[in-house]
Amino acid sequence: MEELNRFLQDHAEGDLLPWSAQVAAAGRFGVSLAQVEAAVLTMGLLPARYQRNRHAISVGQQRRLFRSNVAVIGCGGLGGYVIEELARLGVGTIIAIDPDVFEEHNLNRQLLSSPATLGRAKVEAAAARVAEINPAVTLVPIQVAYAPENGKELLQGSQVIVDALDSIQTRLALAATCTELGIPMVHGAIGGWYGQVATQFPGDDIVQKLYRRWVEGKGVEQRLGNPSFTPALVASIEVAEVCKILLGVGETLRFQKLSINLLEMTFASIGIES
Amino acid sequence: MQITVKLFATFRVGRFAEATRDYPPDTRVADIISDLQIPEKEIGMIMLNNRHAEPEQQLHDGDNLALFPLVGGG
Repeated sequence: MEELNRFLQDHAEGDLLPWSAQVAAAGRFGVSLAQVEAAVLTMGLLPARYQRNRHAISVGQQRRLFRSNVAVIGCGGLGGYVIEELARLGVGTIIAIDPDVFEEHNLNRQLLSSPATLGRAKVEAAAARVAEINPAVTLVPIQVAYAPENGKELLQGSQVIVDALDSIQTRLALAATCTELGIPMVHGAIGGWYGQVATQFPGDDIVQKLYRRWVEGKGVEQRLGNPSFTPALVASIEVAEVCKILLGVGETLRFQKLSINLLEMTFASIGIES
Repeated sequence: MQITVKLFATFRVGRFAEATRDYPPDTRVADIISDLQIPEKEIGMIMLNNRHAEPEQQLHDGDNLALFPLVGGG
């Protein structure tokens, strides 16, 4: 460890550690890129890839993100963008939960999909993508459907849960699981030109309120589908919420629903009392 | 009595974003929903003066009613 640290110190350029040095250290000391990343950040150095995160995010905060564990429920429209952004942000462990494989109709919006990945498990594609763009963070692929019965086991190690589901019924169950586990959940939903985001802290019961009149079935997405830009926008807002929760900064959408209307360019923040 | 109705997302299509109209004194939330021809099963949330409301609730002069459709895709 001391030798590793010395190597890192020797190869730092200012307080940045170049990727090439990170890779060399992993090879030389027989450790994973993630282990080197941990060592770099613990020493107060910054892996050079994150230099454009600063100074919105400090080295200490980058370290905190790396030590964090975020679960993303769904690897489709929302999930694909959420995972891409969490990985580039430097969240150390990303749990991706989705039972599905890619189908042709995913191609209009699902970032992890391409003609080459049709028929492939979404969580596998997620793991491959994260390994490609940021090998220092770890995506744990779980090819099962979240359900109340398995929820606690799947999610108990995470600090934040991201709702990237396409089912209202499942969302309500997920929100209840998160409350039981005492874990904050970032809720997002889309349909056509429209979307919404809200952040639920344990006990808030916000998701129940947002879908209070729901009895069965789907929402506007059934008729309107989902063009490419809506999931990208909503997912990005969800990731910003995750970042704020992990770092304890800024104002989240707690007790708020951000209602997004891209057709008319209106963004309304609706207060949702507890 | 004057009621201000705010519609969100798809509910605006063919209707309006916000309108203040005159309604009879005994009007309930459900009456406005039906008057606007909004299918109840499409509603996600009803907010009356920034609080959650049920369709059976009576309205009062000056009330603000907001109707949100179900949005559940991902």
